[in-house]
Formats: sequence, structure tokens, C-alpha cells
Amino acid sequence: MSDTLAITLRGVVKRYGSNTVLRGIDLDIRHGEVTCLIGPSGSGKSTLLRCMAFLEEHDAGLIRVAGDPLGFDAARNRLPQTEIARVRRNIGMVFQQFNLWPHMTALGNVAEGLRQVLRLPKRQAQERAMAHLTRVGLADRASYYPSQLSGGQQQRVAIARALAMDPKIVLFDEPTSSLDPELTGEVLNVMRSLADDGMTMVVVTHEIGFAAHVAQHLVFLDEGQVALEGRAGDVFAQPWHPRLRQFLETYLDRGASVLLG
Amino acid sequence: MTWELVVLLGWGAVMTAALSIVSITVGLAIGVLICAASLSRVAPLKWFGRVYVSFFRGVPLLVLLLLIYHVLPQLGLDVPGVVAALIGLTLCTSAYQAETLRGGFVNVAPGLMEAGRMVGLNARQILLRIRAPIALRLTLPALVNEAIMILKASSLVSVVGVGDLTRTAQNLASSTFLPLEMFAVAGAYYLLLNIVVGYGGSGLGRLLGLRPA
Ligand SMILES: Nc1ncnc2c1ncn2[C@@H]1O[C@H](COP(=O)(O)OP(=O)(O)OP(=O)(O)O)[C@@H](O)[C@H]1O
Ligand SMILES: [Mg+2]
Repeated sequence: MSDTLAITLRGVVKRYGSNTVLRGIDLDIRHGEVTCLIGPSGSGKSTLLRCMAFLEEHDAGLIRVAGDPLGFDAARNRLPQTEIARVRRNIGMVFQQFNLWPHMTALGNVAEGLRQVLRLPKRQAQERAMAHLTRVGLADRASYYPSQLSGGQQQRVAIARALAMDPKIVLFDEPTSSLDPELTGEVLNVMRSLADDGMTMVVVTHEIGFAAHVAQHLVFLDEGQVALEGRAGDVFAQPWHPRLRQFLETYLDRGASVLLG
Repeated sequence: MTWELVVLLGWGAVMTAALSIVSITVGLAIGVLICAASLSRVAPLKWFGRVYVSFFRGVPLLVLLLLIYHVLPQLGLDVPGVVAALIGLTLCTSAYQAETLRGGFVNVAPGLMEAGRMVGLNARQILLRIRAPIALRLTLPALVNEAIMILKASSLVSVVGVGDLTRTAQNLASSTFLPLEMFAVAGAYYLLLNIVVGYGGSGLGRLLGLRPA
């Protein structure tokens, strides 16, 4: 497989009972690019992102991560758990609800995978965890528990936790949606600096400004299908697509007005 | 009312405390197993767990105690009342504790486990490092509550002839004709024991590094 592609999806279908949520998704995620997934509520953005992490199991189609099949091979044989875990190791995930472990400090959250999965000695794990907390600007909060941190700080710890495992790709599901507006900036800044460092990122977001300014690749999802896709500038330059225009108009008050001629 | 009587009642309190401590700890151990069975994907285990819980939660403790007390000799087991009392209390509290723990386990937000999968933890690590500690944190207040309930409910063991705090108070009340004083002191002992349990619970929480949500 081409090693320029971080993730490829071919004909990916996901159903919940009789509700077909993803209707044959074809998508390439390129290394070093920021891909933003936008689309109306219920269009399947989270489902698609979760399929890329095999947190949801696709019902048909093939997903490859760094060339290797994720979850099922091309003949639709389920891969062994160890293989799923190995392929998933390429991927980090940042959730809308942060999902920090409440019984561990910020440092403990970041060090957990280093200790338990990579089996690093305690000191080394803590040093590495500390370096990642420093990167997201939270070195001074290392010993705080999640309940003692603001939402923005919690989300930055969650980003540090994902980065600590040294993933090739980081998936973000609406990382700022549960934050107070004044706290979104600090998280978006961390993400922007990550993008500047060349991290491959797939970001589900309603932050149209972030999508317009940071993403190289924009995907507009509508009713479980890729309705429009391309370079971010190109997609926003032609909001003639009726569904996209309708979607963007919903976000006019969020600063998307500049994008509509 | 003499100090001598207070000391006699104190021995009853010691019996009550001993019965409660043993049944709560053994009940917790059994409760963990029953909880694991209820959450198991193996149908017979799950079924066994559910039946166990409904049975021992559904039968009144008083009836359970009398049942055990009268059934054991029929099975050729001539055990003292204390043993029947311990078995009854333990079975009863194990069912409640199993159900409390199960509630804690199913209420751990799935996202916390998914975060574990995403950093590469395996199923065992997710259970032991994430799900169990969080479930315990969620359920510790309810478990302390259960300990207090059992401590008070243990007063029922007097029906199988165990000289616990309530039984001792009853005996002394009729021999001294000082019922008011006896039951007042007995009540004070119960209160004291329960305050100790309450503080013990918070201390245990700190010891386990559990923090309030
Ligand atoms: N676990 C589930 N079980 C059943 N249906 C589901 C489940 N998860 C999602 N769905 C359905 O799938 C569809 C797509 O959901 P999804 O969460 O992917 O949308 P989304 O684009 O992320 O929306 P939002 O912007 O509101 O987050 C919705 O109709 C939703 O009801
Ligand atoms: Mg979503």
C-alpha cells in the first residue's frame, strides 16, 4: 500500500439496526495533513471517526491504517485482538467529553499508557509524561486531578495523553464542543501547534474558522456520504453546493460569514 | 444504672460489632464474585448471579435467620446460633453488596474505557486499572451505607439466641426493671459503632486514594 496514506477507507458502511449511518465512504487521509470533517448533526461524523479507531465496527468495506487492515481484512475475516491493538497503536483519540480517568492525576493519566502498555520504568514514564504536559502548557498542573482542572485544561491533558503514546495519527471528535467559549482558544491553539509540527490529524469540528485556517483537507459529510471533499480553500470558495451552503449558513454567527460571498 | 451494666451492654456491643465486621467483609468477598457472575457473558453464571441477588434480597432477614437456624439441624449440622446468625447476615449483605457493585460497574462511563482502549490497555488492564477503581469510588458511599444497615439489622439475630447488643439490653431490661436506661445505652452504643463505621469508610476512601467526584 502507498505509504503516503495514513488512513484509507473504501466503501465503508455502518448500520445501527435498520438505520444505515455510513453509506459507502471512500476517503484518503494523507500523512502530515489536517483533515476536517464537517457536516450537519447526525450526518455520521462521529461514527466515521470512531470507525477509524475501530471503536465502532464497520459492517462492510475496508479500512487501512498505515497500509494495514483495521479490524477486518479484505476478505472480511475478523483480525485477532492483538492485531487490532497493534494497528490501533498508530492512532490516538481525543474525545468531546475528554474522558480523563478521574482517579488519576493529570500526570497519572498521561503516564498510564507509558507504564502499562510500553512498560517504561516509573521515572522514565513520568519524565515523558511531564514533557507532554509541558508541551500543552500544563506542567504546573501535573499533580491535579481532572476534577480540579478547567474543561480546557482537561482537554489539553487528554491531548497530552494521546500524544504520549507517539501515534502517527490523532483523531479529534469535536474537541471544543463541551467547552465554554472562552476556553476553546487554548485547545485550538494546542491543536494548531500540533498541526504546524506536521501531525496527521482528523478533526470533527463545528469550528468553521479552525477548519478554514488550519485544515488542508476538508470533508463535508451529509446523510452518511461524502457530499463534498477537497482542499479546504477550494471547498469554502464554492459554497454553491446547496447542502453545504445551508450548513454554513447555520454557522454564520460563528464566523463563517466571511466564507460566503 | 451502674457502670457494671454499661460494661455488660458493652460486651453485647462487641458481639454486634464482631458479627457485623465478619458478615460485611465475607459478604463483600462473596458480593464481588456474585457481581462478576451477574456481569458475565456466560448465561448460566449471569442467571445464577441474578437469582442469588433476588433471593437473598427478597427474603426478609428475620425469616432468613429463622430458616437457617431451623434448616441446618435438619441437615445434621448442629451449629450454634452465632454461626446461623453469621451465615444469615453474610448471605443477606452479600446480595446487597453484589447489586451495589454491579450498579457501580455499569455506571462507569463507557468513554473512560474507550480512552483505555485507545492508549492500548488490554481488557484486563482496563478492568483492573480503570473500571474497578472507578466503580469502587462510585459505590463506596453506598457500601458504607450497607455496612451501617447490617450493623443495625444485626439486632435481629437475637431470635436465634445470640447475645448481641439488643438481646443483652432486653435481658438486662427485664432483670433490672430499667428498660428505658438499658435501651438508651444500647442505642448510644449503636450510634457510636455507626459513627466509627462512617469515619472508617471515609478513611478507607482516602487510603485507597479515592477522591470525591
Ligand atoms: N450507538 C448508536 N446506536 C444507534 N444509533 C446510533 C448510535 N450512534 C449513532 N447513531 C445514529 O447514527 C447517526 C449518526 O450519528 P453520529 O453521532 O455519527 O452523527 P454526528 O455527525 O457525529 O452528529 P453530531 O454533530 O450531532 O455529533 C445518528 O442518526 C445517530 O442517531
Ligand atoms: Mg458527533
